[in-house]
Amino acid sequence: MSRSVAGLLALLALLAALPFFVGPYLLSVLTLVLFLAYTGQAWNVMMGFAGQLSLGHSLYVGVGAYAAGALFFHFGIGPWAGVWLAMLLCVALGLAIGFLAFRFRISGVYFALLTIAFAEFTRVGFDHIGWLGGPAGMFLRVAQRDTWDFANFRGPPLMYYYTMLALAVAAFILCAWLLRSRAGYYWQAIREDEEAAQALGINSFRWKMLAVAVSSAMTSVSGVFFAFYYNNLFPEQIFHISRSIEILIGPIVGGVGTLFGPILGAAMVTLLADGLTDALMALGWDIPGFKRVFYGVVLLIVIIFLPRGIWPALARRLGLHA
Amino acid sequence: MPLDLVLNVAVSGILTGLVYGLMALGLSVIFGVVRVVNFAHGEMMTVAMYAATILFAALKLDPFLAALPVAAAFFAFGYWLQKTLINPFVTRPMHSQFILLLAIAIILVNGLLMIFGPDARNVQVDYQLESFEIGGILIDKARLYAATAALITATALFTFFRFSLTGKAIRACADNYLGAKVVGLNVKHLYALTFGLGSACVAIAGCALSVVLEVTPQLGPAMTLLAFVIVIIGGMGSMAGALLGGVLIGMSEALAGLFIAPSAKSMFSFGLLILVLLFRPQGLLGTRA
Repeated sequence: MSRSVAGLLALLALLAALPFFVGPYLLSVLTLVLFLAYTGQAWNVMMGFAGQLSLGHSLYVGVGAYAAGALFFHFGIGPWAGVWLAMLLCVALGLAIGFLAFRFRISGVYFALLTIAFAEFTRVGFDHIGWLGGPAGMFLRVAQRDTWDFANFRGPPLMYYYTMLALAVAAFILCAWLLRSRAGYYWQAIREDEEAAQALGINSFRWKMLAVAVSSAMTSVSGVFFAFYYNNLFPEQIFHISRSIEILIGPIVGGVGTLFGPILGAAMVTLLADGLTDALMALGWDIPGFKRVFYGVVLLIVIIFLPRGIWPALARRLGLHA
Repeated sequence: MPLDLVLNVAVSGILTGLVYGLMALGLSVIFGVVRVVNFAHGEMMTVAMYAATILFAALKLDPFLAALPVAAAFFAFGYWLQKTLINPFVTRPMHSQFILLLAIAIILVNGLLMIFGPDARNVQVDYQLESFEIGGILIDKARLYAATAALITATALFTFFRFSLTGKAIRACADNYLGAKVVGLNVKHLYALTFGLGSACVAIAGCALSVVLEVTPQLGPAMTLLAFVIVIIGGMGSMAGALLGGVLIGMSEALAGLFIAPSAKSMFSFGLLILVLLFRPQGLLGTRA
């Protein structure tokens, strides 16, 4: 255990020092890695801990982003207030979907498809809300980029990197605590065998709802970050199913239900995709689609040979707890 | 709004819906037997549409004739895919299956993008601009032929499952996996056969659709979603349900495009999907497992 903690602290120190050694491009890639690690952690609470497969997490990213973005765009209210609205809306939405799904006993494939349906429904719906810019998008004002204006969350890329690092660390600690709490054990019992868990007196409906609430609240914060980091929001991009897939590939490749899996998976998948872009540019093989084909092949190989993800296999090699 | 316009749009929606129904039928058959959701379904159909456009450009082969060799090739591909890649995943958790088929879908879409580029392609046959007029309603010839091809294929598949010995064996696997093994059925082979048949359905649907729609690589993911919507509305595993769902979705999309806005039409499909999932999760014609 102490070895794991030492390893984590070393990694944290490395991540904290890294911005002083890398250029702006690599910093943006690392920010993206942390963003996906954090969001993957949030997704993992629902799927990895409680066993509820969501293929529509873009819904919470999008609603969170639009909630805080609209407050800033229309009323000049910064993200520190906006994040609460975002969280409130996303938790309400998550609980509504969870209530409908779990009350009507929708599970497995049907639950996964229900989450896609809600995300897609919302995507098309947002295209028709003129107040939020519709399909033409919503653009947040960028007044300055030089100094840290933390109150309005406006500043240089470094500020976003450290914010995301802090969020990823907080999510890791929260998840580590959750996994060892009463809720964590109940979730795992439900994940492994829901009927058996209920027979033991666990109110599976209530605990699944809690998992959805925690996961959607965490994901809404990703949305707020997204809005203020990228400064432009399009329903077509933010609610698209490819964003949900981007969120869940990291944890699945890294190891579903593990604490470190989402971080490792996000790093591997992002660095692979971006490293590949650079390598292909250098070789002059700039064929559209080639990168994604390679990405698909790697995904295929990982899922065939390491069905439980990379981290459990790696942890065993290193003699650590998964 | 003039009534004949509404009727025209509704009829063309129903005809297109039958082709969507055939596509969804492939998905439904695969899920009903193998219990794996083919998340690469729409991408496979896009490949078939490209095959139809190439055969047309190279050999002037009519897409409805091209459907036969394309279906045969897809049958072989589907058989191979199930036998080698998917079979080990049958007993794995759903998120593993999802990533496997997602990877296949990514490879297919971007493979098409690599080979053919992002531009739309189509088939130009002379009957595309012609139509029949029945009682004041204009019916596109191309759509009518496509719907007919879909109905013929669906009937053939239904007959196969209902009456042939192999079809009965496949249904036995779907009903009782262990029982099928006990009586000595080669379940792996039958699963692969089912995946092949589902793929052949999607191939024929793709060829038929190539006379109605332009094809781009990006069509794939949208078609996968559409197939899910149809299959769930009709009832996963129900063959008649897939066709009914296709017709309902084809018609509601066409009418929503006419009455509200073309951009809002998929909202109705997904809204309908949510309602069906909540109030009749087994689908309109499905039976509860």
